[in-house]
Amino acid sequence: MIPTAFRYRRAGSVAEALALLREGGPGAKLLAGGHSLIPMMKQRLAEPELLIDIGGLLELCGVHAVGDAIEVGATTTHADLAASALLRERAPILAEAAAEIGDAQVRNRGTIGGSLAHADPGADLPAVLIALDAAISITGADGSRTVPAADFFRDILTVDLEDGEILTDVSFRPVRSAAYAKLPQRASRFALAGVAVALEMEDGVCRAARVAVTGAASHAQRLPAVESALVGARLPEGAAAACEGAGDALDFVNADLHGSEEYRRAMVAVMARRAVESAAARG
Amino acid sequence: MTSANAPLLPKLIGERVKRREDPRLIRGLATYVDDLKLPGMLHLAFRRADIAHGVIRRIDVSAAAAMEGVELALTGAELAEHLGPMPIGTPFPAPDHYSVAVDRVRYVGEPVAVVAAADRYLARDAADAIEVEYDELPAVVDPEAAMADGSATLHEGFARNVAVGGYQGGTGVNAETAQAEDDSAMDAAFAEADVVISQCMLNQRLAPNAMEPRGVVARYEAGSDYLTIWSATQNPHILRTLAAGMLGLGEHQVRAIAPEVGGGFGCKINIYGEEYAAAALSRLTGAPVKWIEDRTEAFLATTHGRDILGDVEIAAKRDGTILALRAQLLADIGAYEVLLTALIPTLTGMMMNGVYRIPVVRHELTEVFTNKTPTDAYRGAGRPEGLYFVERAVDMLARELDMDPAELRRRNFIPAAEFPFPTQSGLVYDSGDYEAALDTALAAADWESLKAERDAARAEGRIVGVGMAFYVEVCGLGPSSVVPTGGWEHSGVTIERGGKVTATTGASPHGQGNETTFAQMLADHFSVPIGDIAILHGDTGVVKQGIGTFGSRSQAVGGAALMLAAGRAGDKMKRFAAALMADHEASPDDLVFESGRIQVAGAPEVSRSFAEVADFAYVPVPLPAGLEPGLSEEAFFEPENNTYPFGCHISMVEIDRDTGEPRLLRLIAVDDCGNVINPLIVEGQVHGGLAQGIGQAMFEEVVYDEDGQPLTASFMDYVMPRAADLPAFELERTVTPTPVNPLGAKGVGEAGTIGSSPCVVNAAVDALAPFGVRHVDMPLRPERLWRLIHDRDQNGGQP
Ligand SMILES: Cc1cc2nc3c(=O)[nH]c(=O)nc-3n(C[C@H](O)[C@H](O)[C@H](O)COP(=O)(O)OP(=O)(O)OC[C@H]3O[C@@H](n4cnc5c(N)ncnc54)[C@H](O)[C@@H]3O)c2cc1C
Repeated sequence: MIPTAFRYRRAGSVAEALALLREGGPGAKLLAGGHSLIPMMKQRLAEPELLIDIGGLLELCGVHAVGDAIEVGATTTHADLAASALLRERAPILAEAAAEIGDAQVRNRGTIGGSLAHADPGADLPAVLIALDAAISITGADGSRTVPAADFFRDILTVDLEDGEILTDVSFRPVRSAAYAKLPQRASRFALAGVAVALEMEDGVCRAARVAVTGAASHAQRLPAVESALVGARLPEGAAAACEGAGDALDFVNADLHGSEEYRRAMVAVMARRAVESAAARG
Repeated sequence: MTSANAPLLPKLIGERVKRREDPRLIRGLATYVDDLKLPGMLHLAFRRADIAHGVIRRIDVSAAAAMEGVELALTGAELAEHLGPMPIGTPFPAPDHYSVAVDRVRYVGEPVAVVAAADRYLARDAADAIEVEYDELPAVVDPEAAMADGSATLHEGFARNVAVGGYQGGTGVNAETAQAEDDSAMDAAFAEADVVISQCMLNQRLAPNAMEPRGVVARYEAGSDYLTIWSATQNPHILRTLAAGMLGLGEHQVRAIAPEVGGGFGCKINIYGEEYAAAALSRLTGAPVKWIEDRTEAFLATTHGRDILGDVEIAAKRDGTILALRAQLLADIGAYEVLLTALIPTLTGMMMNGVYRIPVVRHELTEVFTNKTPTDAYRGAGRPEGLYFVERAVDMLARELDMDPAELRRRNFIPAAEFPFPTQSGLVYDSGDYEAALDTALAAADWESLKAERDAARAEGRIVGVGMAFYVEVCGLGPSSVVPTGGWEHSGVTIERGGKVTATTGASPHGQGNETTFAQMLADHFSVPIGDIAILHGDTGVVKQGIGTFGSRSQAVGGAALMLAAGRAGDKMKRFAAALMADHEASPDDLVFESGRIQVAGAPEVSRSFAEVADFAYVPVPLPAGLEPGLSEEAFFEPENNTYPFGCHISMVEIDRDTGEPRLLRLIAVDDCGNVINPLIVEGQVHGGLAQGIGQAMFEEVVYDEDGQPLTASFMDYVMPRAADLPAFELERTVTPTPVNPLGAKGVGEAGTIGSSPCVVNAAVDALAPFGVRHVDMPLRPERLWRLIHDRDQNGGQP
């Protein structure tokens, strides 16, 4: 629980953070809320030489309506997401999922950018952003780029982010008929299995669906089979049938003392059904 | 001398006085070990084994020693030149156990080297720089396999890894040899039985997880050959005795201080290698040294609790009369015997009578070494295990007989008239009224409605169960014959100039609230404001003698010592007062303390103020005949017996059909701890105990993989109960005083832990009974429950 020595710099702007990243090279790491990075440093699983604190960067913070999209800055905390009236109104799934993260301290410090960049296999927000079909904006020395959330998460703790890049914000078209259901791992409260669902409903029938799972596998990903099973289904009545076997399509499923592979696969189906039912209930 | 109009002080015993300790604890004004900063202090870090079992082939501390800021780096072999094997407090044979492993490691987390450096970060870096190579040995992980032919063994001289083998107790057993001599009663009981219940169950391994991890500061002053050692310990006097012995000092050369201690739960009874090593390194470096355990170390290197496998059989008649109970107990004690390791499971065996008048009871206990963290006391220490086995088995019997579990228990209770009751294991239960507690619990829970509510929920397709457990436990330890350190407690009471009172106690509270309860008792005794009383503890330089706080003994034993000393100080004070009131020919025997004055009973106009008499005692001119100056008295109290609190817990549990997640809907606890000084504190103790007992039932377990690697070495994997996991507890009490101490108080520190685990599991099994489930091991893992439900669902079974 004692980290190795490191230097600490607080960045005053994204530009300064980029410059510091370049200077620090591979030993440099961004620090946002610190609620994933610092525990790793205390266990000496991460030993950065330089921490570049972007947690206070206001230019990266906040939930804004931009045209018909919503943009969320990377350093927006989970607590801010949970409290956002805009999200509660137009994309309640994100506020609700954020409200279920960890505990109050974690939500007050942890940020959406940190959660996405870190990509813990049990993190909640990655599934939600995939379901919302969010675009993730990244900036680096060579300029900026955007990646669809569904392509961003690659493997365990592995995302489409190069050394020297900063995740700046996420943007998505708000969906009201969306919900997240999570079975928490009982110790960490991360998702043992979590499923986010965004639906397009018409007269009680599902017209389109995006479904993403987290917790069960190495990284958050879509569940295409469930998505296609949902299209055309009358909901919530057809939820169970559409979600049956939802977990079976995953190639790789985690297994540990909190849940075997078999259990996790089964729980993916349960959470998918619950999420679909809640999303459908929103009309 | 105008006392008549002074307001009378209210009596405080029995009142819900708020804890005087809390403001400083809540406001961050308390001093814990880690708050101590001594000039020139060095910081220790231990390099620990990352394998479960192996011989140290090579260890090289030179790189660490060469680092800037590093004062000293020692291997276990080097430290062993200054520290011998550690002492234990049980009569059982034990292998040598060094503070830092000398040539072989036996559990992940065992220290192999120690570093003293200028700060904590450097110390840790240096510990990491130590090179260690091992020849790995097969890890012994399963206690049954540990005893099998061909298993690797941990210690020479302990064949088949058996630390304590075939240790028997109960009916037909020779208590001297702990061996059975006469099986006839047992054989007859089983022959006569209509029903036999038989179940093997695990009372799983737990990590105590005190909020404050361990910590020690040691300062050896070479000039005066004097060691001062501050430690987060439950028993500074035992620390003083053992540290003195380890360092070759006398007790007059050691002062041990337990400053504020943030919880112990039994794991801070043991005196650990880190404490001895700190003392030795302070002597070697000439500087004060500090070591603060981090949470990872707390999971790996602080003693664990429980881990007993019980194979229990009950023989009964169809009418529910229990004829006999026998139990095979297998304790997985981990890699070494520390202070009380081998003793704890013997308490499990001793409790197998439960609250029942079972005529034939026997247990056989085996304790086995494995490559895991050593076990020692954990809240309840042996009794939760025993009562869990008994109460699960009795519940199974009720189900087998299709009898209400309350009714079955009632039929077998030891009747109130039969106390003191000698058990088959040789204990003598002091007092009890089990039916009263049962009736109180049934009324509080509205048992019949609760069952109806369960049935209604089931009709809706929910998976709901109700359960109960009844416990008795042994605490208030105890006569010196049963406690290796001596079972007495000590107290000193000084009435200071000005009439304020300073009391010392050898109990060493670390969350129990004795500063409040003891002050309440003295406030009533001397009839002075509670604010005029200081209770000092936890410092052998201040508290002359003591044993410590464990086994729910502070009130029953420490409180009794306090009142003995207070009685002596008060008696002397009355003699001074009588001398001052000689005009009135007041005899000391006629005087009473009343609201800050000492007055003639029935004649309040004849009085002196408490302060005036106190002042006179220190400047006694003239000195009354036969009196020495001063008002400072002390007392040792030796109880004639342990105390045996009891109670009945009832709970309702729901299990999520889809996920298997259990939820505790209700928990009703009736606890009888005898007379109560402060109901608020008693309830607080019960609340904490319930949380830990429920934690064991539902959430907690230390798990190792087949290589002896711990899988639960952080809060990311070790499931601690949280406030949101617990219902609002519904508490009631019955009061059956104990005759074994003048207070009639029994002890309540562990009660909640003991009753709640079997109670919750019984409710869970009741919930799962429609699926054909008879037993489920703790903790109630969602997947475990889901499988029980799911497998049956596939067969079309419906609750
Ligand atoms: C006790 C506890 C419980 C938790 N429970 C949950 C839970 O239930 N669900 C859940 O989803 N999460 C949970 N978390 C994790 C929490 O949400 C973290 O806050 C989050 O995962 C990381 O965000 P952060 O801002 O703290 O990132 P940091 O810890 O500061 O950083 C994490 C990583 O991301 C990088 N990084 C941070 N920001 C950026 C950026 N803008 N661009 C590029 N890289 C960046 C850092 O360099 C670092 O590698 C829990 C954490 C704790 C400590």
